Amino acid sequence: MSNSSSEIPVVSVSVVSPRRRPLFFRKATDLVVRLFSVFAVALAVGAMAWILFTVVSHGVPAIDFGFLTNPSKPYGIPDSGIANALLGTLFITACGAVIAVPLAVAAGIYLSEFGRKGKIAAALRFSANVMMGMPSVIVGLFVYTILVIPTGHFSGFAGAVALAIIMFPVIMRTTEDMLAMVPDTLRESGLALGMSRARTTLCIICRAAKNGLLTGVLLSLARVSGETAPLLFTAMFADAWPTGFFSEPTANMPVLITEYATNSPFEEMHTAGWGAALVIAVAVLCVNILTRVAFRDRTKAKK
Amino acid sequence: MDSFFKTLCLGCACLIGLLMLSFFVQLFVNSSDAWAQFGLGFLWSSEWDPVAEKFGALPSIAGTLLTTVIALAVALPLAFVSALYLTDAPPLVGRVLSQAIDLLAAIPSVIYGMWGLFVLAPLMQNYVQPFLAETIGLENVPVLGGLLVGEYGFNGFGFFTAGLILALMILPYICAIMRDVFKMTPAVLRESAYGIGCTKWECAKDIVMKYGVRGLLGGVFIGLGRALGETMAVLFVVGNMMEVPGALFDSGTTIAATLANNFAEADGLQRSALFALGLVLLAMSFGIQVFAQYYLHLTSAKRGEKA
Repeated sequence: MSNSSSEIPVVSVSVVSPRRRPLFFRKATDLVVRLFSVFAVALAVGAMAWILFTVVSHGVPAIDFGFLTNPSKPYGIPDSGIANALLGTLFITACGAVIAVPLAVAAGIYLSEFGRKGKIAAALRFSANVMMGMPSVIVGLFVYTILVIPTGHFSGFAGAVALAIIMFPVIMRTTEDMLAMVPDTLRESGLALGMSRARTTLCIICRAAKNGLLTGVLLSLARVSGETAPLLFTAMFADAWPTGFFSEPTANMPVLITEYATNSPFEEMHTAGWGAALVIAVAVLCVNILTRVAFRDRTKAKK
Repeated sequence: MDSFFKTLCLGCACLIGLLMLSFFVQLFVNSSDAWAQFGLGFLWSSEWDPVAEKFGALPSIAGTLLTTVIALAVALPLAFVSALYLTDAPPLVGRVLSQAIDLLAAIPSVIYGMWGLFVLAPLMQNYVQPFLAETIGLENVPVLGGLLVGEYGFNGFGFFTAGLILALMILPYICAIMRDVFKMTPAVLRESAYGIGCTKWECAKDIVMKYGVRGLLGGVFIGLGRALGETMAVLFVVGNMMEVPGALFDSGTTIAATLANNFAEADGLQRSALFALGLVLLAMSFGIQVFAQYYLHLTSAKRGEKA
């Protein structure tokens, strides 16, 4: 019975229920909801297809060999491309990963191996969850205050730090979840052999959870490589090769797309922006799909 | 050796707490000029005049709230029913479609922004807005008409377009959490409901939803947090006018868009005011995340108890 089943004990519903609805009405409602849910799924998947189709159809004409190998140039100069931004994004993301991954994995190890219970671990777990939902624009502002103001210049390194801060809580929580899935018998066997806690964790537990860790790291890398807002405040943009990574504004893909799409009235720049969008979308989606397919069976078996 | 390893790991873990604290400290220190100048009145002053050095947060805050509300109003029902469909669908179909929806979350936000700018905004301008206002005749309906038609005519930019894009962006997050919550419901409960003759919808509405209501709330708050802080997609389509929203289709701004838009040219008091806006956004999303974690924590801790 549809109405008031939460208040009244289930058995007496049909007797007590004040308003019984005709069967036809109930079936009709059910049908409407089912159609609506199919519609909702179709809308979500369709929107994704639409976005991807737009990116592909606008972006493909922009892409040729020169586009991928020449650096970007101001409007009107021929032979401009996106190679410097591509390289810059690679540098920034890789540097961010180098900063974040070791720290975040160690933090995850603490939560899973040493802090299953206890107030400190609970508080840290809570902060990590909260930090995961922090707007990336705030992270950009924060890094601006700690790196750009004291050093006096924008830099690719500041961008890397911003991305590292965004990655940190995500990798930390994934590490914890993945390590927690490793059965305790493995830990006990390691310790019974006389290995130290540290060695057991690094050589046995982390190895057993290797696939899960790798998935987590790759997915978070894919996620941050498309982040734009924090880079607006840190890495900025430059029409040059990223040679001054630690001391100069560094070209990167997301900011290039933003610049070309919003700050330029020229059709050519828009096309170049779509081309850059296509490159980054393909890269991000490939990493996502490949990781999911490659590690799906194993992570599922563990769950 | 072991105690060293443990301390090292603890140190790394403590970084996260430290970061969270220093977010507040840094933004507060950098915005102290603005707070000293305007006091708490900053929050409800609607002026934003860099020349006269008068700044107020109301247009940004109101715009943030409005886009978020639109996004949630559109995304929630869609996420709810698609999660229902996906939990009940045959395993293969369910898995493929779930993955497809998850991929929506993987698309970088700047691409949503571009799509909004070059596809959705013209669509709204040329078809949706004229259709709503003229063909259906909503512009002549007293209250509703005033809400629908902005003062700049049909330009496609504004809160409604921004809200739609946000809805698309937060849908996968809400949907994923709802799927987990629905899967949590014991099969016995569902089967009992079907056993006494409930239709699928009745089972979903009265059993599954009530069982996992806290988890659903957690999902709502996660989506809310995402929508509040999203920058790029909104920046591209919201129109970037420093005005308090008067209509659904008005151009306006949000906190995140104001920050991204004005920060490069700002200095002195304006920069301080922007940091103050950042602090407001930080406080808002912090509060929402705390609620989200609270509700999600309740469901994971009390799995199996009726809400």
